[in-house]
Amino acid sequence: MTTVAGPAVETAERPVTNEYSIGRARARRRKQGAAALRTGIQAAIIVVWCLLPFYWMVVIGFRDSSYTFDPNPLPIHLTFANYISAFDTANGNYLGLALLNSFGICTVVTIVALVVGISASYCLARLNFPGKGLIMGFILGASMFPGVALLTPLFAMFSQLGWSGQYQVLIIPYIAGALPLTVYTLNSFFREMPWDLEEAARIDGCTPAQAFRIVILPLAAPAVFTTAILAFIASWNEYLLVSVLGNTQIQTVTYAIAQFTGSIPHVQPYTTIMAAGTIVTIPLIILVLVFQRRIVAGLTAGGVKG
Amino acid sequence: MTALAAPPKSPPPKLAGRESAEANRRRVTRVAYALLAPTIIVMLIIVAYPIVQSVIQSFNSDASGIDPKTGLFRAGGFVGLQNYTNWLFQQCQIGGVTQACPPGSPQAGFYNSVFVTFFFAIVTVALETVFGIWMAFIMNRNFRGRGILRAAVLVPWAIPTAVTAKLWYFIFDPSGVLNTVLNINVLWLSDLWASRFAIIIADTWKTTPFMALLILAGLQLIPEETYEAARMDGSSAVQTFFRITLPLLKPALVVAILFRTLDALRMYDLPAILTGGGGGGGQGTQTLSILVVKQIQQSNDSASALSTITFLLIFAVAFLFIRLLGANLTGNERKARRVAKEA
Repeated sequence: MTTVAGPAVETAERPVTNEYSIGRARARRRKQGAAALRTGIQAAIIVVWCLLPFYWMVVIGFRDSSYTFDPNPLPIHLTFANYISAFDTANGNYLGLALLNSFGICTVVTIVALVVGISASYCLARLNFPGKGLIMGFILGASMFPGVALLTPLFAMFSQLGWSGQYQVLIIPYIAGALPLTVYTLNSFFREMPWDLEEAARIDGCTPAQAFRIVILPLAAPAVFTTAILAFIASWNEYLLVSVLGNTQIQTVTYAIAQFTGSIPHVQPYTTIMAAGTIVTIPLIILVLVFQRRIVAGLTAGGVKG
Repeated sequence: MTALAAPPKSPPPKLAGRESAEANRRRVTRVAYALLAPTIIVMLIIVAYPIVQSVIQSFNSDASGIDPKTGLFRAGGFVGLQNYTNWLFQQCQIGGVTQACPPGSPQAGFYNSVFVTFFFAIVTVALETVFGIWMAFIMNRNFRGRGILRAAVLVPWAIPTAVTAKLWYFIFDPSGVLNTVLNINVLWLSDLWASRFAIIIADTWKTTPFMALLILAGLQLIPEETYEAARMDGSSAVQTFFRITLPLLKPALVVAILFRTLDALRMYDLPAILTGGGGGGGQGTQTLSILVVKQIQQSNDSASALSTITFLLIFAVAFLFIRLLGANLTGNERKARRVAKEA
């Protein structure tokens, strides 16, 4: 990546302006107009492709269920009934409980993963010590490990502890799942921090802990915040563990959505599911749109999927 | 964070030469491990211990029946590699005799699941790479409305996979919007190949944006001057792409493809909810992860062996990737130093 920068700069001198080049400039501008149009069309295709299914979910979530299969893309036959029945527990769906559970579990997981992860990524980014590569490899390797392989032993372990069906059964594996992401993302942020400032603070008489708390942590706040969002989203979206270790009591939103049933057996209550899906997704969409820049920075810094 | 309060008082700045350097190094190592301890402990308990446990279990056999006290399968003693050979050679123990598995048993579906898993991984990652490069190129251009494009691209990424699966389940319904608008009559969720492509379509929709963002980050590292130089030298657009952009993009691309491939090989949520692993004869979209979860309900030990096989397969793919394509995952020290020097 870095090898190209050198000689390329010199060859890029602008030619001297004369009549010939003015004519060329005009032709180039025309060509640029066409290129801009092509770009615009392609961009429009991408936007439509990305938003259309989501749009469809929102539209159907507001549609009267007798018109479920009406392909009209416009928001017609509007109703709020789906949002009310999405929270209805008569058919064994507990979306309200699932939302509370998910908020609680994800908040705890995010906070713990950050507190534990900050100290780990600080020392991985900042200190040189034997075994550093090994530990980084262990953490990365763990993040690639297929989750299914952990299911059986975790299930056995939690049963022996008598924890089955309690919140820690989800919280603890979720922390372990969020930690590699947290450490990896924070590590790549921390590597670019102005560490000279920390040294300056030390010279001014701070202890290492003080220097970190007073000088570095405020500077790192945006990175920590970004990582928190990514960890939260990752935990919110988790399905494999909760589908095996979870139950009605401790269900999360993904569990609730996947199990959603209607009053008639074997008939999917689509409009209600779409309303429930919208409810579950909206917090994330808001987070993502508000903190768009930071999330993109965090995703690409860590390169780990949320 | 609590560990931060612990570091020992720093010694007076200047002792004598080498001894202080040595002491300093030891002190740094001590602090480092104190800071790392919580992470290591969590990972050991939740990841390392279960892995070891799982491997041990995979060499044991289930005794018939469930222990009423724990609700778990009773251990049936050491059986060596039997669980593994059962999967690899599709054998079953019926009445104490090893014989070929009857069709429909999980073991008989092993190679089908291996095929399905790799088929999904290869096709989805290939599609996501091609579309991802295209999206990244558009996002990298300057035009009005670029902000809208970048925001729109994040939407599929932000939707939980479980919701994505239900959403596409609705779209793919036999009387759903896709069949109605295209005026076709495809059984997207039960036909063998249609259900496979249904999953590929949904996965591509969901994950291409992530790929595009990683590629975009790589594209932005290529200096504009390089393109100008190529233009001056009369390079065509196609030449520029293959001779300049792609080679310079390679490091970012390799990491993106590696992460996506490892992720795709673990695919569970989407097929589990969208098709339940069904399609065709009933196992058309059954990935290895789905097979493991199904097997857990029957026999823990056999499932442990299968999950170990799955892990080894994924590990082999990761290893090959890093060896053949030289993926740089840890953003290693040398590169960081070189960049720092040039800055």
